[in-house]
This record gives sequence, structure tokens and C-alpha cells, in this order.
Amino acid sequence: MGLKSNLHNLKEKYKGTKMAPAFNAIHTFLYLPNETTHNGTHIKAADDLKRTMNTVIMAMVPCLIFGMFNAGYQHHLALGTIEAAEGFLGSTFWTWDNLVVGIWKVLPLVVVSYGVGLIIEFIFAVIKGHEVEEGYLVTGMLVPLIVPVDLPLWMLAVAVAFGVVIGKEVFGGTGMNILNPALTIRAFLFFAYPTWMSGDKVWVHGAVERAGTADAISGETILGSYAQSQDVVYNYADMFYGLIPGSIGETSKLLIIFGALFLIFTKVGSWRIMLSTILGALAMGLIFNGVIDAGIITTSSKFYGLMSVPFWQHLIIGSILFGAVYMATDPVTAAQTNKGKWIYGFLIGFISIMIRVFNPAYPEGVFLAILLMNVFAPTIDHYVVQGNVKKRMKRLKVKTA
Amino acid sequence: MGLLSKKDTKLILDPLADNNPITIQVLGICSALAITAQLKASIVMSISVLFVLGVGNVVISLIRNIIPSKIRIIVQLTVVAALVIIVDLVLKAFAYELSKELSVFVGLIITNCIIMGRFEAFALGNGPWRSFLDGIGNAAGYGVILIIVGFFRELLGSGTLMGVKVLGDPIEKTGLYGFGYENNGFMLLSPMALIVVGLIIWVQRSRNKALIED
Repeated sequence: MGLKSNLHNLKEKYKGTKMAPAFNAIHTFLYLPNETTHNGTHIKAADDLKRTMNTVIMAMVPCLIFGMFNAGYQHHLALGTIEAAEGFLGSTFWTWDNLVVGIWKVLPLVVVSYGVGLIIEFIFAVIKGHEVEEGYLVTGMLVPLIVPVDLPLWMLAVAVAFGVVIGKEVFGGTGMNILNPALTIRAFLFFAYPTWMSGDKVWVHGAVERAGTADAISGETILGSYAQSQDVVYNYADMFYGLIPGSIGETSKLLIIFGALFLIFTKVGSWRIMLSTILGALAMGLIFNGVIDAGIITTSSKFYGLMSVPFWQHLIIGSILFGAVYMATDPVTAAQTNKGKWIYGFLIGFISIMIRVFNPAYPEGVFLAILLMNVFAPTIDHYVVQGNVKKRMKRLKVKTA
Repeated sequence: MGLLSKKDTKLILDPLADNNPITIQVLGICSALAITAQLKASIVMSISVLFVLGVGNVVISLIRNIIPSKIRIIVQLTVVAALVIIVDLVLKAFAYELSKELSVFVGLIITNCIIMGRFEAFALGNGPWRSFLDGIGNAAGYGVILIIVGFFRELLGSGTLMGVKVLGDPIEKTGLYGFGYENNGFMLLSPMALIVVGLIIWVQRSRNKALIED
């Protein structure tokens, strides 16, 4: 109880001063406050914002841990010091050596992401005089999962500062943002430092510094190989289990599905958005397969490589599943109405695959598609609500007539 | 300040800050986004607009009483077009490289809303001297923002200022680049110009709360 009462005393001491929100934040982060709400409506519910955020974080932890092992695994595999692991429980995957490399590379990203993001949240809370909001908890966890392992830390810091200020605080903070802050951060990195965010060198630790030397190693992603119409060296099991190069947390489809089930079971994530995103991606994949079958696009086209990918395979390569489960479902930036969620998700999947195939400069389009649909989500909701109003008006007319 | 009365000084100084054409009236944004990737281009653009707006305002003000109001827009356009052509030819003659860089944007000064805006709002109803001051003031207000945006975009985007490598050489890894610093490619894209203008607006309005509209 020592720390709690100390924090409580500090809170009382600084009440009404500028620094109060900072102490309150530490207090409520660790403990339940002593007092209750003073006025207004009292709602009794077990899940507040903090609980919701923590649920999402819990759903992401397996991806993060897997990402650490995978970072080391890809590094050692590319160096040729270990054999390829056979399947998810392969003996050369879950090793201490892999984890050490992973922790060494991934933990700093997590620390920088949370450190910079929370400092900015604290500064804004103190300036604006409101409580520190929990909004950054999920963003801070998502960011390390969607960047390449070798990303320099200062770039991440700059991007996080940009994403939190421009993506969120200028709109009024947590709950008011139009764009998903984590994706804003990724988009900033992508356009600002493209050499660190795409290509065949960034996905495996050590590849960048070895480029051009006799020890050069390559870590082309599956999407990259397809885009250049090269052979893909990974089998479907590897893709599904995630033993492939890619951003840190998005490779293991198995763990993402577990995370998705967890989110759906706890009713934190919307199953409508997840399902419709997948349907949208499948629909676009089927259209492309149809175009190939009809012989409109032949092997001479630069789109042939990605267009000829079997439609279902789009789900296990790239980050479409990760985006669908953790990004598209963000309750603040997604559509709010049920019908709107179907449209919103479907278009995300549809546009993701379209960008993936048509724009070889951006081998992965999921983050662009989600940002685009974030912008349109309020419009979709507006028309869904208006449609509902119209329908009811008609019913009213029939009744009165 | 014997030359300028208090009212005249206000004509010049107001557009520099509290009535800035870009950050307060939000005019002339297109060129602010298009040519501010380099400081040099921003400066040349500012000087061009300064000339066009200053002289144009005087010309319009001188002939304001003989322009039939039905065709005043055409007359205004003719005046701007003539001035812009002068600027364009001068640039082509004395700064060909820069003129190529600015390409169509010099010609597009004609469509800069600030110019038509000042003709309509000020020069048509005021004498030549006051119109001249108003034109200079507004063009300077426009130029200040352009130069601030150009400064940050070129410094952070290319690591240079006026073409001089102030942060070191990115290929030979000297200066700041030796520590692993890299240029921010996003700064060279137009969206970042919009964001930088937005940040300037943000700073300006939080320093002077009276500027915030509901």
C-alpha cells in the first residue's frame, strides 16, 4: 500500500496545478482511484477504456513474442548458421539464440515507441489540462509490430512524434482522431525513409549493413518475389505459421487468428469488419484470377506475378490479416454502424489487394487501404444512417396514409 | 516614420501576421504547396508575386474609375497576365535554370487567388499609394510563409539550403550523415507542405487566441 498512498498524497498535493494530470495518470495506471465520479451519469461496467486497450494488447503479445523469435530465426537462417525449421514447432525456431537477437532488436523499438509516444501524451495533457488518455497504449504496441527489424530508432522516434501529434492530438486526442495513429506512423516512415521500409534488405536483421559485401544476405518478402515474378522459396505452411521475412509482428497468421478469436470472444474487436475485410480481399483476388484465366493478362505483363497468385493465398502473404484484425477494427476510426462496418471492411480488403497487385512500388497496400477507408468511414456511416431514416419515413407514411 | 502614417503602416504590417493571406485567409495555397520544396524557388516566387501584386495594385487603382464594372475581371486578368509575362521573360533571360524549375508555376501566378483578391477587395476602392502598400504588404505576408515552409522543406527534405549542403554530404557520409541521419523524403512531397502550413497556422493561432474562429 505504500506506493499507492504515496501516489494518492502526491495527487492531493498537486491538485489543481499544471502537473496534476501527469500524477493522476501514473496513479490510475497502476491502481483504482479512491474516489468515484462526482457528477453526471454513473455507468457501472467492468470494461472501461483501459480494460479495452489492455485486451487488445494481450491479443498482440503472442505476435510480439513470435516476432522476436522470428527476427533471430531469419537472421541466423540467412547467415546459414541454422537449418530451416520444420513447421511451427521446428527445433531450430524456438531457440535461445533466436530470442536473444529478437530481444536485442525488438525491445528497443517497443521502448522507443512507448517512451516517445507517452512523453507527447503527457505534454499535451499538461498543456490542455485534461487527464492523460490511454489511447497510446495500443498504438505504442502496434507500432513495433508493423515496422522492419532494422529500422533505426531515431527514425521511429521522429515518426511516432509526427503520428501522435498530427495523427491524433491535432484532432483533439484519443477518440477524436480520423486516422489510425499507428498507421499514420507507418505511412510517415514509408514516405519519409523508403529505403528503410521496403526492398529486399530491410526485413532481415543484418542485411542492410552487409549489402554490397561478400557476406551479403537477402531477405526478400514473398510479395516482393511475386512482384518481380520470381520463384517463392517458402511453402504454404511457412507462410501460415509465419516463418518468413516481414514486418516484426505480422508474419504469423496462426497467432493472428488466435488473437482475432480472442478479440471476438471478448467482444472488443468487430467480427463484421474482420470477416468483411477478408471477403473483400478474396473477391479482389478472384477477379484477378479470373482476368488471368481469361487470358487478358499474360506472362509478359509486369502484373502477372501478383495477379496469378491463387486468391486464397493473398490472405497468408503480406499483412492483410494483421491489418484486418488489429488495424481495421480500431473502434475510433472504423465505421460505427453495422451495415457500415460491412462496407468499410469489404472495401479495405478489396483496395488492399488492388494496391498490392497494381503498384509494384508499394508491395504492400494494406496500410494505405485502411488509411483511405478511415477517411471515408464517417461518410459511409452518414449514408447508412440516412438510408435508415428514409426507410423509416416510408414506413411512417404508409401507416399514416 | 514620416513617410508612412499609422494607417499606412498597418496596411503593410497586418498581412505579415494577423491578416496573413496564407495562414488567416487561406489563399494562394496551391503555389505554397507546389514550389516550396526548395528555398530558392520559394524566394524567387515571393519576389515575383511581390512585383506583380505591387505594380498590379497600382495599375488597377489608377484605372479603377474608368473600368466598366461588368468587364472588370477581364481587365484585371489582362493586367496580371501582362505583369506575369514580364516576370516570366525576365526569369528566362537571367535565371534560366530556376525558370525551368518553377516551370508553369510562374505562369500560374495569374490564377493566384491573393492577387485577384487584393484587386477586388482593395485596389478597386483605394488610391494608388495605399494600394501599392497593400499589395506589397500582402505579397510580403505570402512570401514570409513561403520562405518559412521552403526553409524547413529543403533543410529536412534534401539537407541543403539554397543548394548548399549544410548538413554534410549524404553519399560520402560526412557531417550529420556520419551519425546515421537521413533526409526525410516525405518533406519533398506536397502533403508535407500542407502539414507545415498547418503547423504554422497552429502556432500562430495558439499565440494569438483572437484569431481562432468558431
